[in-house]
Amino acid sequence: MSSTSHAFDISGSYELHNFETGPPETTEVTKEELVNIFETMYTMRRMEITCDNEYKARNIRGFCHLYDGQEAVACGIQAALAPEDSWVTSYRCHVLALMRGGSVSEVIGELFGKAGGVTKGKGGSMHMYNKEHNFFGGHGIVGAQVPVGTGLAFANKYKAKPGEPMNVAIACYGDGAANQGQIWESANMANLWDLPMIYCIENNHYGMGTSIDRHSSISDYYKMGNAIPGLRIDGMNVLSVIEGMKFAKEYVGAGNGPIYVEMMTYRYHGHSMSDPGTTYRNRDEIEFTRSNRDPVEHVKSCLQEADFMSAEEIKETEKRIRKEVQKEVMKAKEWATPEYKEVATDIYAKSLTPYDGTYPPFVRMPDFAKSFTFDV
Amino acid sequence: MNLFTAINNALFIALETDPSSIVFGQDVAFGGVFRCTQNLQEEFGPDRVFNTPLNESSIAGLAIGYASMSGGTAIGEMQFADYMFPAFDQIVNEMSKFRYRSGNQWNCGGVTLRSPCGAVGHGGHYHSQSPEAFLTHCPGIVVVMPRGPKAAKGLLLSSIRSKDPVIFLEPKALYRAAVEDVPVEDYEVELGKAEVMREGSDVTVLGWGGHLRVLEQACDLSKENDGISCELIDLQTLTPWDIECVTNSVNKTGKLIVSHEAPVTSGFGAEVVATVQAECFYSLESPIQRVCGLDTPFPLVFEKYYIPDKLKNYEAIKTVVESANNNN
Repeated sequence: MSSTSHAFDISGSYELHNFETGPPETTEVTKEELVNIFETMYTMRRMEITCDNEYKARNIRGFCHLYDGQEAVACGIQAALAPEDSWVTSYRCHVLALMRGGSVSEVIGELFGKAGGVTKGKGGSMHMYNKEHNFFGGHGIVGAQVPVGTGLAFANKYKAKPGEPMNVAIACYGDGAANQGQIWESANMANLWDLPMIYCIENNHYGMGTSIDRHSSISDYYKMGNAIPGLRIDGMNVLSVIEGMKFAKEYVGAGNGPIYVEMMTYRYHGHSMSDPGTTYRNRDEIEFTRSNRDPVEHVKSCLQEADFMSAEEIKETEKRIRKEVQKEVMKAKEWATPEYKEVATDIYAKSLTPYDGTYPPFVRMPDFAKSFTFDV
Repeated sequence: MNLFTAINNALFIALETDPSSIVFGQDVAFGGVFRCTQNLQEEFGPDRVFNTPLNESSIAGLAIGYASMSGGTAIGEMQFADYMFPAFDQIVNEMSKFRYRSGNQWNCGGVTLRSPCGAVGHGGHYHSQSPEAFLTHCPGIVVVMPRGPKAAKGLLLSSIRSKDPVIFLEPKALYRAAVEDVPVEDYEVELGKAEVMREGSDVTVLGWGGHLRVLEQACDLSKENDGISCELIDLQTLTPWDIECVTNSVNKTGKLIVSHEAPVTSGFGAEVVATVQAECFYSLESPIQRVCGLDTPFPLVFEKYYIPDKLKNYEAIKTVVESANNNN
């Protein structure tokens, strides 16, 4: 119905490498789709800001890498890919876990170290997975997820039915990881064997605290695959991300081999919680991005441009989502911590010693009275 | 069969019985450096048996991704165990922890990485090492090292079918040298179980892999010269290792020699010694001896000095027995 959909101009969102033609310059979006995108992105934003607060309140310990500022990338990828497509990413994985089958309480519960967390509270911030939703997780070692992603692409090709488009695999990594040696290795393999693989560089302009012009001799990451074609996308415009990723999925799923995608994005927070994020860039830069390129504000303006939502309605929605996130956090706080025995489960499929199902058989706790031996 | 044909035979059976199994690595399509994969591509096609570029890290990563998604069986080859170090991040941080990190949602139990290890007489620094202790230090993976063709075939099939990722270290000196009667049918040797190769009463001699040939000779020598009865044990699986078998033997003999080719410091022998002294303290009649490689890079011209050969082991056996007798 024309009254509930609207055409948006996304020209100028792309730069191409080894492509003759790129994604379309306009995109048609329904009201329902755009409202959904807005709610998803705003939930992500609120969740990450809540993480920040909870971390500062010492309810979350350890490492914590936040995604706010980059929401359009994850949201756009999810909208363009199919649920069967496999997704693997770096440690900055909270919102991906959210989109691939997780709830706010499960993500934050994982950060709290609760048994109800997405991985039973065993991993925390960098380690979230969802088997049912083909989300192969956050990975703590910079770049290490990329060869694993290439293996996922290989499995997709191996399992594909002849003549049908393949499910694809996507590995997300940052500009800081983009020069990791093992990425070159696996990209070469993917190109050699025409694997349905999307190498997606989320270029937020800083590898931890070092800007791209100080850590990389090439700043056109979408050209980094050399012979592998590349696409640079305005990663602050979710509609451009969606169309760009549809283009990428179609290209690699048809058996043409891999693609490099560079998302031009920005993170508002520091690299991790130990990084205030202001020592290597100035506040003006962050403020400028917030007021001119913010991905959530962009969606809000699109909603109004198409008359899908009024400013009032947007405010109401934001209020509702803020409450929902807070409710989810309260829920997660009430969950129990994992049982002690979880420390030694899930290491091997089945212990090869006479003790069944667990390894090691005896666990010495700091308080000896709480030490235990697994039942045989 | 010799060792490489037994391995080849096991791979053939794995490809034949499991349609999800794939075999890959550097030059495996042509049979590989040691011919272990010869004729497999001709038989099962280039989709299932294929060459990779020279990228150990990505060979491991590819195996992990493939196995974790579809529950498929990925049999990768690291051309030499010495080349495993570029893949160490994938092995230690990805492969071994995938099950634990994901709260058992995922695992890459279908991964088996085969790799030739050990001294070969002229291998020098980077074609001779035995990296087992680096790997046994990492919970989540199983480390296996067979001593000969018959055990190798059964252990490899168990490893490939194991629900945990396995590093399978093949003593390269034995690929052609060791010849045994190997059953042609499909059979498995249980992982995590040691094998008592020879029963004896005076001293327990423990080793694994190709080094057992040396230990057999040392036991012979002790028997002939000194009438010492050695109980010789092949550990076969290094993690998780068969503590029960070893401690039963030490409780009987009261003495233990552990011998491996890898350098002595932080070698797997140290782990064995620590456990045995805790479990068998009151049965021990003399200090446990480790007879191992020197704490040096693997030397080319000095290989015969480096190696814990039959004479070094013979001396150690004699010493522990004499020491026990003197104290009685």
